[in-house]
Amino acid sequence: MNEFFSMGGYALFLWPAYAVTLLAIVINVYTARRDLDRARTEARRRLASGATGDASSVATASAVRGQS
Amino acid sequence: MDWTWFHKFGSPPHVYRLAGLLTPWFAWPAALLILGALYGGLVLAPPDYQQGDGFRIIYVHAPSAWLAVMIYAVMATAAGVGLIWRMKVAHAVAASCAGVGAWFTVVSLLTGMLWGKPMWGTYWVWDPRLTAQLILLFLYLGFMGLRASIDDVSRADRASAVLALVGVVNLPIIRYSVEWWNSIHQAPSVMKMDRPSMPFDMLAPLLAMLLGFSLYFGAVLLIRLRAEILRRERNASWIREELT
Repeated sequence: MNEFFSMGGYALFLWPAYAVTLLAIVINVYTARRDLDRARTEARRRLASGATGDASSVATASAVRGQS
Repeated sequence: MDWTWFHKFGSPPHVYRLAGLLTPWFAWPAALLILGALYGGLVLAPPDYQQGDGFRIIYVHAPSAWLAVMIYAVMATAAGVGLIWRMKVAHAVAASCAGVGAWFTVVSLLTGMLWGKPMWGTYWVWDPRLTAQLILLFLYLGFMGLRASIDDVSRADRASAVLALVGVVNLPIIRYSVEWWNSIHQAPSVMKMDRPSMPFDMLAPLLAMLLGFSLYFGAVLLIRLRAEILRRERNASWIREELT
């Protein structure tokens, strides 16, 4: 097992490379799902408040843009 | 010829629903392929005769670099379609690509540095391949920065699409840099005209990773696209049906 983790002496380079990649994979799924949840919540909130396409949407438009 | 299918891809509610249905079909095969390839690459594949176990960095480096380039190609294609046919959904696809592409460009650069240190003796050299990949990162950041700086969505779409299309010249430079110039970076092992220069138990995990990463990007893109469509279609009536 120790032999596996030492990776023939390359552990110091190999494991950080794998960790960085895994981090990117996890973060991109997380942020994508979080953004979708937020967009859904925002849309529901707007539907509930009865907003249409008028002045009230300008404020939310800039708020929503900030998330992307 | 019946063009209904094409018009359906211009319809936000249709694409929103389709993206939701397709996501698991990308996500689950991606997860299985990446996990399988992880085991294959770290345990089953034999050590390289020159690089020992250090070569195993290829299983995260090459797929990340591939994604970085592939995502740019998807982004530029979508941006071009958006420009030519004035298709909003295509612009939404392009906008959804950039963040993920930038992430994996960074990952390819970092994993490349971590591979370069033990093999070349340095984290970084101003080599053609490395420099072109760094320019790719700047193209992604420029695309996102340009979008963020323009308030009007359709103007942001058009301006960023032009930038994306201009940046396409960088893709063949990345691809052929190791052949055109005397590069320190090794030549491709898989995408060669004759046959891959690797034994099967080294190659199989790499191919599985490449496919797994591509499907993973598909899943992330579909989720991001749905969020992007919801934000753009704030006032559309179909959202009411969709969310209640």
